[in-house]
Amino acid sequence: MRTQTLTYRRAIYNALDRLLSEDENIIIMGEDITEYGGAFGVTSDLYRKYPKRIISTPISEGGFTGIAVGAAMTGFRVIVEIMFMDFITLATDQIVNHAANIHYMYGGQLTCPVVIRTPAGGYRGYGVSHSQTLEACFMSVPGLKIVAPASVSDAYGLLLSSVYDNNPVLFIEHKLLYNMEVEFDFDTEPVPLGRARIVREGRDVTLVSHSYGVHLGSTALEELLSEGIDVELIDLRTLKPLDIDTVVESVRKTGRLVYLEEGNVFGGVGGEVVSQVVERCLPYIDGRILRVGKADVPIPASISGEREVLPDIERVKEAVKSSLSWS
Amino acid sequence: MKREELIQLYSKALLIRLFEEKVDWLFSRGRLWGTTHLCIGQEAVAVGVISCIRRADYVVSTHRGHGHLIAKGADIKLLFAELLGRREGYCMGKGGTQHLCVKDVNFLGTNGITGGGIPIATGAALSIKLRDEDRIAVCFFGDGASNQGAFHESLNMASVWGLPILYVCENNMYGMSTRFSMVSKYEDVAKRACAYGIESTIVDGMDIEKVYSTTEKILSKVRNGSPFLLEAKTYRFCGHSKSDPRLYRTRDEEDEWKRKDPIAQIEKKLLEILPEKELHAIRESLRNTIEESYRYAEEECKELDKDEALRGAYAYTNAYVSQGDIQCPR
Repeated sequence: MRTQTLTYRRAIYNALDRLLSEDENIIIMGEDITEYGGAFGVTSDLYRKYPKRIISTPISEGGFTGIAVGAAMTGFRVIVEIMFMDFITLATDQIVNHAANIHYMYGGQLTCPVVIRTPAGGYRGYGVSHSQTLEACFMSVPGLKIVAPASVSDAYGLLLSSVYDNNPVLFIEHKLLYNMEVEFDFDTEPVPLGRARIVREGRDVTLVSHSYGVHLGSTALEELLSEGIDVELIDLRTLKPLDIDTVVESVRKTGRLVYLEEGNVFGGVGGEVVSQVVERCLPYIDGRILRVGKADVPIPASISGEREVLPDIERVKEAVKSSLSWS
Repeated sequence: MKREELIQLYSKALLIRLFEEKVDWLFSRGRLWGTTHLCIGQEAVAVGVISCIRRADYVVSTHRGHGHLIAKGADIKLLFAELLGRREGYCMGKGGTQHLCVKDVNFLGTNGITGGGIPIATGAALSIKLRDEDRIAVCFFGDGASNQGAFHESLNMASVWGLPILYVCENNMYGMSTRFSMVSKYEDVAKRACAYGIESTIVDGMDIEKVYSTTEKILSKVRNGSPFLLEAKTYRFCGHSKSDPRLYRTRDEEDEWKRKDPIAQIEKKLLEILPEKELHAIRESLRNTIEESYRYAEEECKELDKDEALRGAYAYTNAYVSQGDIQCPR
C-alpha cells in the first residue's frame, strides 16, 4: 500500500494527472487554469506536463462549456472547470439543453462525456454570488449525472469514474474541503457512481447528506452520541443516479430520517430523498421527518448573517432530536 | 462553371425545395405533428457552401436546418421518418426537426436554441485542431443568433485559438418577426467579425454560383486555421414557423425577394445550355424521390414505441477497471 497524507485539493489534482496520463483524449478547459493554477489551485502545474491539453479560456462560461460539448461530441473527454458554482448559471443552456440531451435526442448516435467540475458552498463571507450550492437546480435534468464527494478518497475515486462515464457529469467540489487532509491510499480504485456510503452505522436516526454537509453531520453525530443518541450517517456521494436503496434500508432500521444539505431546503435535494423514502417505507416511520438546510433567502456577506442563513451543527442536532418523536 | 457542376447544384437546391414544400403540405393536412421552420428561399446558401466541403467536414446547423442536412447528404427517407417520429428516423424519432443529427455524414445537429450550435461547432473545430486533422467545421446561424452571447464568445475563442471553422450567417433579415435593423445598429453581421480579428465577407445568398465560388476561395484560409465569417444575404419566402401570418413585412418586399428566387435563377442559366426536356426529367426524378421517400416513411416505418421513448437518456458506460486496463468505450 502506498500511502501519504493528502488534501482533497491534491486528490483531485492526482486524479486529473492520472486521467491525463492514461488517455490523450482527455482535455481540461477553464479560466485561469494554467500559470495561476486554477482559482482554488486544483490544476496547479498540470499545464506544464500537458501543455496542449490544459486550455485556459477567456471569461466566457457559456461559450467554453459549449465548446467542451462540441469537443466531446467529436471524441474528446472534456473536463470543464467552472470557477465558482454560482457561475454555472452562465453555462446552463449548454448543460441543460445540449449536453444532457445529446445522447437521447440524437437517438444514441453521439455521447457527450463532459465533466463540469465546480466548487460550491459558503461559510466564507463571499456573499450572494460566490457562495451558492446549486445542485438541486440540476436534479430534474435527465441525462445529467451529479456527483458531490465529501471525502478525499471519494474526490479521487469519483472523479476517475466521472471522467470515464459517457454522460455529462456535474462534479461538485466544496471550497471548505480543499484543505482537508487525510491519509490517502494511492491504490484507491475508482468509486462507481450511484453508490452511497454509510459513514457510521447507528440505531436511532438516519441522517443523510452530501458534500460538506457530511462533515457537519459527522460533528453533530459525535456530540449527539454523548447525549445517548445513536445516529446513522449516510453520504449519498452521487445525487444522480441516487442510491435510494441504501437510505431506505437504513430508515427501515431506524424509523427516522433527517436530510441535511447546504443548499436551499425549499426545492432542495432533501425533498426528493424524503419523498422517495416516504413512497417506499412509510409504515416504518416512527418520528418527524425533517430537513435541514439553507433558509429561502440569498446568502448575506456578513458573518453573523451567513451563520443565520446556512445550516449549522446546532440546527442539525435539534432536527435529529426532533425526529425522535412525533411532537 | 461546368455544366455538370451546375446541374448538381441545381438538383440539390431543388431537392431541398421540394422536400420543404412536401413538409409544408403535410403540415397543412395535419399529417405532421409539432412545428417546423422551412428554408424555402434560402437553399442557395446551404447548397453553395456545403457543395464546397467534404464529407469529413463537420456541419452544425440551426432550427431551419433541413436544407443543410440534405446538402450534406442525408437520406430523404430517413429524414422523413424522423420528422414523422418513426423509429427508423435518424434519431429514432426522438429528435425531430430541430434536433436532427446524422453522425455518418458528420452533421452535428440542427438546433432548437438560437445560437446554441455556435459554440458546439467551435468545439468541433477545437477537436480538429487538437488532433491536427485534415478537416474543418462549418457553422450555420441566422442574423438573430448573432445577438446571442454564444456568437461573440465563440468567435472570440475561435480567433484566439486559430480554429479551422467557417461561420456562415444566413442573414434573412428577420429573427422570427424582429427585423435585424431594429436590433442591430449595423445591417451587416459581417462587420462584427473584425471585433474578434476574424476576416469576413458578404455574398449574395440568392445566387448559388456566387455562394459556391466565394466559399471555395475562403476555404483554403479556413483549412489553414483561420476562422472566417461568411454572411449570405438571403430571405425566407415562408413564415418563421408553420403558424406565422408574416404581419411584420410587406407583400411587396416578399415579391421583390421572390424575383431573386435562387432556383429560378439557376434554372434560367441551365435552360441556356440544357434542353427543357432534360430539366423536366431532373424535376420529375426529384419529385419521385420525395414522394417515394415519404411513402416509405409513412407506410413502412414504425412509430417510436413506448419502451424506446423511455430508453436512452443515459449512454452506456463500462465500469472503469484500473490503470493499464482501461475500458473506455467510445
